[in-house]
Amino acid sequence: MKNCEYQQIDPQALPPATPNPPPPPRGPHGDRGEEPTAPRRKWQVFPGKNRFYCDGRIIVARQSGVLPLTLGLIIVTCGLFFIFDCPFLVKHLTSCIPVIGGLLFVFVVITLLQTSLTDPGILPRATPDEAADIEKQIDNTGNASYRPPPRTKEVLINQQVVKLKYCFTCKMFRPPRTSHCSLCDNCVERFDHHCPWVGNCVGKRNYRFFYTFIVSLSFLTAFIFGCVTTHLALRAQGGKGLMFALQESPGSAVELVVCFFSVWSILGLSGFHTYLVSSNLTTNEDIKGSWSGKSGEDVSNPYSHKNIFVNCCSVLCGPMPPSLIDRRGFLPADESVQTAAVDTELPTLATKSVCTQGTKGLLESATIPPLLSASCPQGKPHSARSCPDKGPAVNPDPELPTSCGRRPAAGSPPARHAKARAKKSKRAAQRVPNPSLDGPVSPASPDAGPGSQAGGHVGATFASLH
Amino acid sequence: MATHSLQDMRQQASVAAKVFIQRDYTNGTVCHFQTKFPSELESRINKQQFEETVRTLNNLYAEAEKLGSQSYIEGCLACLTAYIIFLCMETHYEKVLKKIAKYIQEQNEKIYAPQGLLLTDPIERGLRVIEVTIFEERSLTR
Repeated sequence: MKNCEYQQIDPQALPPATPNPPPPPRGPHGDRGEEPTAPRRKWQVFPGKNRFYCDGRIIVARQSGVLPLTLGLIIVTCGLFFIFDCPFLVKHLTSCIPVIGGLLFVFVVITLLQTSLTDPGILPRATPDEAADIEKQIDNTGNASYRPPPRTKEVLINQQVVKLKYCFTCKMFRPPRTSHCSLCDNCVERFDHHCPWVGNCVGKRNYRFFYTFIVSLSFLTAFIFGCVTTHLALRAQGGKGLMFALQESPGSAVELVVCFFSVWSILGLSGFHTYLVSSNLTTNEDIKGSWSGKSGEDVSNPYSHKNIFVNCCSVLCGPMPPSLIDRRGFLPADESVQTAAVDTELPTLATKSVCTQGTKGLLESATIPPLLSASCPQGKPHSARSCPDKGPAVNPDPELPTSCGRRPAAGSPPARHAKARAKKSKRAAQRVPNPSLDGPVSPASPDAGPGSQAGGHVGATFASLH
Repeated sequence: MATHSLQDMRQQASVAAKVFIQRDYTNGTVCHFQTKFPSELESRINKQQFEETVRTLNNLYAEAEKLGSQSYIEGCLACLTAYIIFLCMETHYEKVLKKIAKYIQEQNEKIYAPQGLLLTDPIERGLRVIEVTIFEERSLTR
């Protein structure tokens, strides 16, 4: 049991954990992994729950969520627009309409694909040496009893006390604003939320793509809605009536329904994210109320530049950080030898480490659904953040980062949503009475990584029984 | 990134210990490493020299992440082109990272390798730590 602390990076654990085994089921360059001596790329041994295409150039979350639906809705609606409405409007109004529509459509699809297929800011897991070093530091400062010391570290950021939590999966203290996404099993920098509509986490590297996507989508939906209304109004002129117009142009009816239900939620979402951008907040922080001073203390967002314009610029126009996971880099030639060596060294390294990973792994798989569903935020009501209940809305939902991601809701209708919310609030209540187990993790925190954290802490209590 | 001499050291010398310089978050999430001199390196390298290296690295990272007119122009232009230009051209950050890699290699060759030390580029550790590998003295041929 002593070496189960490092089970995550144990060589036996590595191959099953990777979503992409070397044999070539995907990608055109799969034959690279067939020969035992061929150098392997780092994406092939990536421990998170991601899928890679084009030899590591494209990264997606393992669960694509409803991305095909999002893409399908956009393409179908725009297709119907170009087929049914544009000819009429070009004849009766102006030929700018398809041009503007086309530009917006291209913009939306490109930004959507970039949001989905870009590394959101995944932090690579700590190497065994780093993990051992951190463990040593923790054990030096902590006590020697069975119960492991709480794994948090307090730092002062711009005169504000911020708690850094230890990630049991990635074996490191998470940098500020970083959160562990249980769906992707990665720590993501400046974690905003895991969006099922784009099938990826939204974090430091792809937040600007995401914001551009929802803003341009608002414009596109509003534009199509306006054009379709104008089209039908023009057709219904001369006493012919709306039904006549709809019969002549049935596609417009579909567009009208889709756009009518999506425009409100997407506009609301854009407004919400504009507020977040201008105050340099993430959805995660806003939901948890990290800087709202709810406990009465004088807290303020330490990352804000105290100027709306500067905040917007820094979030949207700041320098583009590089991907830290180096997907296409080659593994060092002695990697396989190294991992074997680590295996033999583990008993000595892990002497004082509390065995949490083995039990944690089991607990995590058992507890993920209720824990994640329980993370539905009960925070302050905000009209823009209401869950999409507009039918088949093309609408990324920010306020239910993990819980929405867990539900494969395809265009959730209101009734289903209300039921799901009731279930979530029940589970949140069930989760609350475990503060002793959670330790530094606040019980009701809809942290994106409650599974790994709480699982780790619960695992710790199991370990204390060993 | 290693030169011939560094490669020899890596292959022949055995690793005695590794020291990790952690990030310093006092100024926010910008990439900034602690300049505190680790005690394990006291016998190997001059404190001033080491702190100078870390300070230079911090300045380079600050330059990469600087919010200035250049980054704003780059960002706005990228937004107008639906961020396609990120696929075509090298960003300012990537240019500075190359500078950093070169600087670390220089420092390794000139200062650290002769003392049996090796700095690992933080980008290879996800910008979390500066890893300093301490090699055993007796194995070095220098």
